[in-house]
Amino acid sequence: MLNMFEVIETNNMIEQEKLDVRTITLGISLLDCCDSDLDAVNEKIYKKITTLAGKLVSTGEDIEREFGIPIVNKRISVTPIALVGGAACRKPEDFVTIAKTLDKAAQEVGVNFIGGYSALVSKGMTEADEMLIRSIPQALAATERVCSSVNVGSTKTGINMDAVRLMGEIIKKTAEATKEKDSLGCAKLVVFCNAPDDNPFMAGAFHGVTEEDAVINVGVSGPGVVKVALEKARGQNFEVLCETIKKTAFKITRVGQLVAQEASKRLQVPFGIIDLSLAPTPAVGDSVAEILEEIGLERVGAPGTTAALAMLNDQVKKGGVMASSYVGGLSGAFIPVSEDQGMIDAVTMGALTIEKLEAMTCVCSVGLDMIAIPGDTPDTTIAGIIADEAAIGMVNQKTTAVRVIPVIGKTVGDTVEFGGLLGYAPVMPVNAYSCEKFVTRGGRIPAPIHSFKN
Amino acid sequence: MSKAIITVVGKDTVGIIARVCTFLAENKVNILDISQTIVQGYFNMMMIVDISALEDRFGAMADGIEALGDEIGVKIKCQKEEIFTSMHRI
Repeated sequence: MLNMFEVIETNNMIEQEKLDVRTITLGISLLDCCDSDLDAVNEKIYKKITTLAGKLVSTGEDIEREFGIPIVNKRISVTPIALVGGAACRKPEDFVTIAKTLDKAAQEVGVNFIGGYSALVSKGMTEADEMLIRSIPQALAATERVCSSVNVGSTKTGINMDAVRLMGEIIKKTAEATKEKDSLGCAKLVVFCNAPDDNPFMAGAFHGVTEEDAVINVGVSGPGVVKVALEKARGQNFEVLCETIKKTAFKITRVGQLVAQEASKRLQVPFGIIDLSLAPTPAVGDSVAEILEEIGLERVGAPGTTAALAMLNDQVKKGGVMASSYVGGLSGAFIPVSEDQGMIDAVTMGALTIEKLEAMTCVCSVGLDMIAIPGDTPDTTIAGIIADEAAIGMVNQKTTAVRVIPVIGKTVGDTVEFGGLLGYAPVMPVNAYSCEKFVTRGGRIPAPIHSFKN
Repeated sequence: MSKAIITVVGKDTVGIIARVCTFLAENKVNILDISQTIVQGYFNMMMIVDISALEDRFGAMADGIEALGDEIGVKIKCQKEEIFTSMHRI
């Protein structure tokens, strides 16, 4: 039988250490909504989403109340829209109508984000892919809840440099199109290499084509719980440190597993995966940077940061895989700057730079995330940043991503407020030397030698 | 049998257990186990209860007992048992 100590431990995690289930994401396949008539596509999409996801939010709220665990977000991911709208859309504006339909459906069912306004172009772009990509600035400016992602490379295919160059342009145009809101559109746009099909986290979530009709993916969080556990291991060696992180990750993931199973049972939708990422929020005590500092860094960004993060990421995964049979998505530690108070402080005091963040992305679960850069950063420089991240992902067979926000009208020293979970960020300096001749060569970078495993 | 855990934390006062138990009896919730301690004047209680008779009224009961806590001036939480067993039992 349970004892009081165990019950108090769990409730302290929830109440004081901010343990929560970050998201229940319902993945919905829209492949059966394809049609050559645009109005028909829009109608089918709206109907399918509102039918399947009608009870998502209320079910999430029921689980929250019955188990006493906060479920912060309920979200939806859909099949990459470039595939769904390809037969019906003749121009980028046609794709924008689908974005508006997604937004309307998301509002109707009460979810705060819907992901999947996406194109997978790791080797080449179809006409529809390119049209969708070109429609992104307008789509993100005209909608509130739609998130967009583009996969520009993979270990198996190499990097599509035409798409990389185009995304540099698109990010700038999206910033321009949403400039009265501090270029907020770019916070809803991610460029991936090796994008996972079952990621529950925004802005990069989409429902991959290898998935079934509908699936529940759950993202658990809890950087605060790990930090508090590590406070008790101060001064101990790495063995004790790793053991503490593993045990904590195990406990956190078990809660995610419970919520995922309950949601799956109640919505009668199969359970897909648990993503056991440590996802920070701007709240004090809910920070990945603070964990790294607890491990022994004066400030995140100091020498040793990459090693500490590598260890943290690995131990989180090791603890988590024991707690759930299906672990997927990204899994590990996220390092978004604007969503993590410790990261924001480190940037403000000059301890953390983009170059160090890039090194950290070699060992963390995703990539350069929620980084505000000067609004006058050239397109080609943004493309260069994307190419660097994609190369790290391609060579290391891991997911990497870029979500940078060139804030129009702002420069180094300014601060940008995105609001809510997206937080706020100091504008960070970017290397001013050009890579224009490199990114405008055209074509693609071939897959690395170790991808030939057949 | 489906079970829930009720925790009561707060400043000790007369009649906490009486009022919680009366509420549970009115809601047809059977108490299986109670443990209670007082640490530095603070009342800490954990109850394991049987909620089989409640079925879909669990949410309303949980809300009700939390409201009772506000009335008494203590913090009461009522959660289904699985959140704890999933974390602490393999």
